[in-house]
Amino acid sequence: MVRVMLGGSLKTAAGGTSEFDLEAGDIRELLTRLGELCPELKPRLDKGVAVSIDGRIYRNAWFEPVPPESEVFILPRMSGG
Amino acid sequence: MPLDTKMPLADAPFQQVGARPVRPDGVDKVTGRAKFGADQKLPGMLIGRVLRSPHPHARIRAIDTAKAGALEGVKAVVTCADFPDIGSGEVMAAEGDESLRDIVANVMARDKALYEGHAVAAVAATSATVARKALSLIEVDYEPLPHVTDVEAAMRPDAPLLHEDMFTSGIEPKPEKPSNIARRMEITLGDVAEGFAEADFVIERDFKTEAAHQGYIEPQACLASFAEDGQAELWCCTQGHYFVRNACARLLGIDVSKLRVTASEIGGGFGGKTTVFIEPVALALSRKAGRPVRLVMSRDEVFRATGPTSSTSMWVKAGVTKDGRMTAGEAVLKYQGGAFAGSPVEWGAMSAFACYDLAHVKVIGYDVVANRPKAAAYRAPGSPMSAYAVESVVDELATAIGMDPVELRLKNAAREGTQAAYGPKFGPNGLVATLEAARDHDHTKAPLGPGQGRGVASGFWFNFGGETCVSMNVAGDGTVTLSIGTPDIGGTRAAQCQIAAEELGIGYDQVRSIVADTSSLGYNDMTGGSRVAFAVGLATIQAARAVIEDLCARAAKIWGISPDAVVWEGGAARPAGPNAGDFDPLSLADLAKVAANTGGPIAGHSEINAEGAGISFGTHIADVEVDKETGRVSVTRYTVIQDAGKAIHPGYVEGQYQGGAVQGIGWALNEEYIYGEDGRLQNPGFLDYRIPVASDVPMIDTVIVEVPNPGHPYGVRGVGETPIVPPLAAVANAVKDATGVRMTTLPMSPPRVLEALDAALGETGAEGGEA
Repeated sequence: MVRVMLGGSLKTAAGGTSEFDLEAGDIRELLTRLGELCPELKPRLDKGVAVSIDGRIYRNAWFEPVPPESEVFILPRMSGG
Repeated sequence: MPLDTKMPLADAPFQQVGARPVRPDGVDKVTGRAKFGADQKLPGMLIGRVLRSPHPHARIRAIDTAKAGALEGVKAVVTCADFPDIGSGEVMAAEGDESLRDIVANVMARDKALYEGHAVAAVAATSATVARKALSLIEVDYEPLPHVTDVEAAMRPDAPLLHEDMFTSGIEPKPEKPSNIARRMEITLGDVAEGFAEADFVIERDFKTEAAHQGYIEPQACLASFAEDGQAELWCCTQGHYFVRNACARLLGIDVSKLRVTASEIGGGFGGKTTVFIEPVALALSRKAGRPVRLVMSRDEVFRATGPTSSTSMWVKAGVTKDGRMTAGEAVLKYQGGAFAGSPVEWGAMSAFACYDLAHVKVIGYDVVANRPKAAAYRAPGSPMSAYAVESVVDELATAIGMDPVELRLKNAAREGTQAAYGPKFGPNGLVATLEAARDHDHTKAPLGPGQGRGVASGFWFNFGGETCVSMNVAGDGTVTLSIGTPDIGGTRAAQCQIAAEELGIGYDQVRSIVADTSSLGYNDMTGGSRVAFAVGLATIQAARAVIEDLCARAAKIWGISPDAVVWEGGAARPAGPNAGDFDPLSLADLAKVAANTGGPIAGHSEINAEGAGISFGTHIADVEVDKETGRVSVTRYTVIQDAGKAIHPGYVEGQYQGGAVQGIGWALNEEYIYGEDGRLQNPGFLDYRIPVASDVPMIDTVIVEVPNPGHPYGVRGVGETPIVPPLAAVANAVKDATGVRMTTLPMSPPRVLEALDAALGETGAEGGEA
């Protein structure tokens, strides 16, 4: 079981819910489960998000493993100027 | 071969990385040989020109191009009818993940002109004179509409509405009426009420900033050539030619692979060249005319029609205990992003309190549209404004408790393990190191003269990696060509040559790096987000290591030993130890010479999605002198201290620090979009929109702090965004120190400073106050 927390504005997109417990071995599974648990968040997930696993941020990495005890945050996709 | 970016940091002394070699593009640039966007020419080339709306907001009833099209020498005219009417769902992944519908509507107005300068039609003709004449013959039937350019005014319920289908997202239940507020977002950590209850001093202030343009010297320019067989070429100045290719192909309805885009040398971008404006128009004209078309923006067009950053209205509140512990931070940020949704308010909100270890944070952000050109990214998009507000208040907290502002920041600084208000815990970072360096710097200890003041501020940016592809080819003489897919704005070619030389163990001048076109390499994300030194560097390391593996395998075959028994050291293949045999080393040149007999061409390549970018912090110290008779603020000394992780080419890193600081100083003191009551931009040129020139600023001193990023084998962090974050507040804090007046509106131009000084004097009978 992984505890996933929503960061930044994604909390608002999820209707105020900010924590989800779900089964996921990697980022792809995590995002799929999250979209199922929180359909209102799915458009944002489909548009693209960043995933922070123990402080290391991944922008597009479906197959990155998600260790069970890790700290996972879903964040808006990073960009810059 | 995956590159393990979690590997231990390199502990061997570097040979090339950290040196300051001469830049490979230098000679071309100082001799005028370098080809920028407007320098490309083709036989039969036509000149394109764009007709732009004179109204800030108007319905377009009809466009009649018949007379223009009939003018001798005119070969094509295009309007919105030549571009698809795209639905709202599609997104182009780029710096701001723009809606494709908005991109096409910004490229060419459809039903309404949404800002003065909005493109409504374009022509291609045999000369610029004919093209200009043709524009005057295009008849546009406008119905002028009420307009709004101020962010607060745009948020009012009775404000002129830009988009009838814009309903504020992020609010439940969904609003029943449309508005100019595209989105509301909120970031919370802890309970700010609880945090403020713990505080001995609480300070809150309102702030406003004006829109600032990226101020790149080279206007947007491109040359498009569409062939009869449906294949097309485009040369343009851009920060991301792969994005340009994908967007243009989509807007023109052609296969992506049929369009080849070549990035020219680029005269600055700073985020402003991360989208398309004239490129799809030039292609559409070329397709219609059957001839190449060159389109070059004038400076006036750059100001009126390309993205500046947002103007903002902000409220910030923060609390501190008597002993200097910050207890809570709260903010409301309203960012106007021009005529379409997508202001960088989210980044402003996420970064606002990132420098501090706070248990209680709440930030509400509003993304607002107004009748101005669509905002584009500008270094650390959104962060300089919120940092200006927050760092100004932090300065006042320090004053309130009588603590040195650097000490207050040090006491509350984000460190490894600090929970960021936007989510994760920070990894290793250099904020404390930059603050300690500021505390100990001789700038901090230097005496100030009469009328002078000193300010300090810190700043943060996220950084990211992204999709990256490079190719490395070894020539027959052992020299190397490295093809990269990211336009070189900040020294990419030099840094990548250093990295390649470091890995291969050869000289810097034995590597040449070029920026390849979109048909020569796989997809590359843009040059932006401080990603290139980090991400392209990772790809270059991987490509070089693939070359080395191949070279060792060839040496092993020559020697008749196992590849495992060969190592690459000092630029040559060598037996791994005495048991491997006694063979003379084979250098890169030795092995390149026999490449044909040992397997053919020697090459390495890399296709990665670079992850593991390290966050970035910096601290700036500014000294100013305020002329109390004229209100002019002069920066007399300025120091940038920033964590680079590992500086590949320290000269370029220092250049990034200096450039960001100067742009921030300009934003703080002079730069602003000035709109008249008629909704038209009053200062679309460098005479009236005044960016700092060399004589306006002192030599910017720099200190490179190196706290390695564990996500890169050398420890590299991106450095290009963060330097523009602290200057707005650092200068404002210095002005406060010099005058006693807290400037809460930017820019602090002479009239505004004079007014503030007069107001403070009038209110108190003595100097000091808030304005």
